[in-house]
Amino acid sequence: MRRLVACVGLVLLAASAHAQAPAPLRWGGDAEGGAPFVEADPSDPSRVAGFDVEIAEHIAARLGRTPQFIQVAFQSLDQSARRGDFDIGLSGIEDIHARRQSLAASIPYYEFREVLTVREGDRERYRTLADLRGRRVATLGGTMAYDLLLEAARSHGITAVSYDEDVHPYSDLANGRVDAVVLDHVLAERAMRRNPGLVTHAAALAIGHYIVITAPDHTALRDQLDTILRDAMRDGTLERIFRKWNVWNEDQPALFARVLGTAGTLGTAGTNPLGTPGTVRTVGTDSSSGAIQLYLPSLLRAAVITLALSCFAMALAVALGSLIAIGRVYGDRVTRMLLTVYVEVMRGTPVLLQLFVIYYGLAAVIRLPAFIAALVGLGLNYAAYESEIYRSALEAVPRGQMDAARILGFSNFQAVRLIRAPQAFRIALAPMTNDFVALLKDSSLVSVITVVELTKQTQIFATNIGSWLLPGLLCAAMYLMMSLPLGYLARRLEERWRMPGA
Amino acid sequence: MTATLTVRGLCLTRGARAILQGVNLDARAGEVVALMGLSGSGKTTILRVIAGLETPDAGVVTAAKAGMVFQFHYLFEHLSAIDNVTLAPMHVHGVSAAAARARAQGLLDQLGVGHRSGALPRELSGGEAQRVAIARALAVDPPLLLLDEPTASLDPARKNDLGDALRTLAASGRALVMTSHDDDFVREHATRVVVLANGAVVEEGDPREVLANPRHPATRELLQVERARLR
Repeated sequence: MRRLVACVGLVLLAASAHAQAPAPLRWGGDAEGGAPFVEADPSDPSRVAGFDVEIAEHIAARLGRTPQFIQVAFQSLDQSARRGDFDIGLSGIEDIHARRQSLAASIPYYEFREVLTVREGDRERYRTLADLRGRRVATLGGTMAYDLLLEAARSHGITAVSYDEDVHPYSDLANGRVDAVVLDHVLAERAMRRNPGLVTHAAALAIGHYIVITAPDHTALRDQLDTILRDAMRDGTLERIFRKWNVWNEDQPALFARVLGTAGTLGTAGTNPLGTPGTVRTVGTDSSSGAIQLYLPSLLRAAVITLALSCFAMALAVALGSLIAIGRVYGDRVTRMLLTVYVEVMRGTPVLLQLFVIYYGLAAVIRLPAFIAALVGLGLNYAAYESEIYRSALEAVPRGQMDAARILGFSNFQAVRLIRAPQAFRIALAPMTNDFVALLKDSSLVSVITVVELTKQTQIFATNIGSWLLPGLLCAAMYLMMSLPLGYLARRLEERWRMPGA
Repeated sequence: MTATLTVRGLCLTRGARAILQGVNLDARAGEVVALMGLSGSGKTTILRVIAGLETPDAGVVTAAKAGMVFQFHYLFEHLSAIDNVTLAPMHVHGVSAAAARARAQGLLDQLGVGHRSGALPRELSGGEAQRVAIARALAVDPPLLLLDEPTASLDPARKNDLGDALRTLAASGRALVMTSHDDDFVREHATRVVVLANGAVVEEGDPREVLANPRHPATRELLQVERARLR
């Protein structure tokens, strides 16, 4: 008995000791292509490095906690903060109105310029967004720069192209797919080191600030963050970090002075008191009906893109899949082997990878427009699945019918066209319908190659109003409006063409 | 009268098994020739070689254009009865749709299934499907008609109808070659019987004589098996 009590005592002691140790400070950021903000440390890829990393570590040290990095996709940082996936988030997160409304956000700690980058040869021709009428201008989706481009699309007639990361806008600029990129000067400077032949105009199209975000109810933590950041401005910690990462410039002391001068009101009013000259304000979220009215047209346009892309890709998949199936049933050994390899490779590798290869990988050889690359990528991938459906459907037509056709004098081609294929098509109809519905949904993957389709547009919508609820429901309703009639139609056709054994 | 079909020295081997070992066979217009033999004697294979579906290892087949009716009729499942019949005349022989339909309807009427012309194969009974299959084979007017076990799926009344139809077809100037297990049907409706055993012809002649006084042991065994099966 005494031993048991001792044991329980030990366990309790250990537990309380554990509870007393401060919980690690979980901080969220995106390490994908995130230098100099957050990137995998080149000398030890399991660690991260960057100025945001050092600021996070400084904050953790001041709070007496151990920093723990949580990888979160850039576009999802706000949602993750709200869910409580991490305590604080910093990864070049911009100070925008909607973000301040839906999260607890710190004072700004860095000031950046939105700058225009063009190819060397276009330096004189494209000096401002107004010079780019009718041209494609790229940026990172869900950012201030993207809103800036949407505004320019209305006022200057440019075409805004949204990317999921900040590397490919510049490589596509270098290879001619787009004619300009608008992004933070920090990203532009890095990109120019990577892509010789690009130049950036120094003039700021807009000014923005980076902030630290926390969950909306973490106001106490936010106040602590503000104190720590102000101290770091005063004692030179931030300057030292920014200088180390080569991002210090004359804008920063000015920012610090303004922040420290207005210390009393900062961070509590729920808006940015700096007024950020030139900042584009994202669309307001004052009422949900207003938001629907604002976003419904663009959601509908995106739904049309989803539908058109799916239909064209399916048409390609059906045509190519039929040829592959016929080749695999009727072809000689070499043909059959090559087609089998094609089918296994396309089915055995992620369609996401295939889209990347077709759009970015082949860019040196053939520069496909994004929509065409998406259509071709999805079509080629689905052709592999369709061909398997058609092959088994062709083989399900009794051989005796082919014998009968031969004796009646039909050529091989006629026997396929008039007898085997029509029956196979009826057998294949149900699995084909399944695939088309799957394709409709898989088409959302093409946002990685800059096609803004329904899911991507919904994501932009959700990021801007700071909630997934309404955009998510609208988006789901639109997908269902496309897929349900399709299923109904397929069932009707199946009824009419019911095949034995199908 | 010259033969519509002449088969000489037909040999066919599948793997280690000799299926046909020197078969000789003739058929003339007006004849209904019945091939009889136990399972595995090579009856169906002979029909398939004559139809051009199998290539023999040795031997000569001289045959007019043949039509064939399979045991499992193998109608085209996606087409109605009449479309099954018109498909080859229209697409192989370039007959106009109207002419092909008129002739197809005539054939279906003649075979007693004219009222089923709009039905899909899955909606037909076994006997109806078989007569549609015969109409399909006749639509291109072949001088030689091959039938594999035409009585297999028929009740006795239907068998008689079929027998009458076959004799009418032969009388109109065609040669018919069929395989059969049914010695009553052969006795009643065939003009000649050819008995096969182990891939060779062992006996042939008038069905009434051959089946009444079988001389070859294989023929006797065949009849015994058939009696036992009926009992």
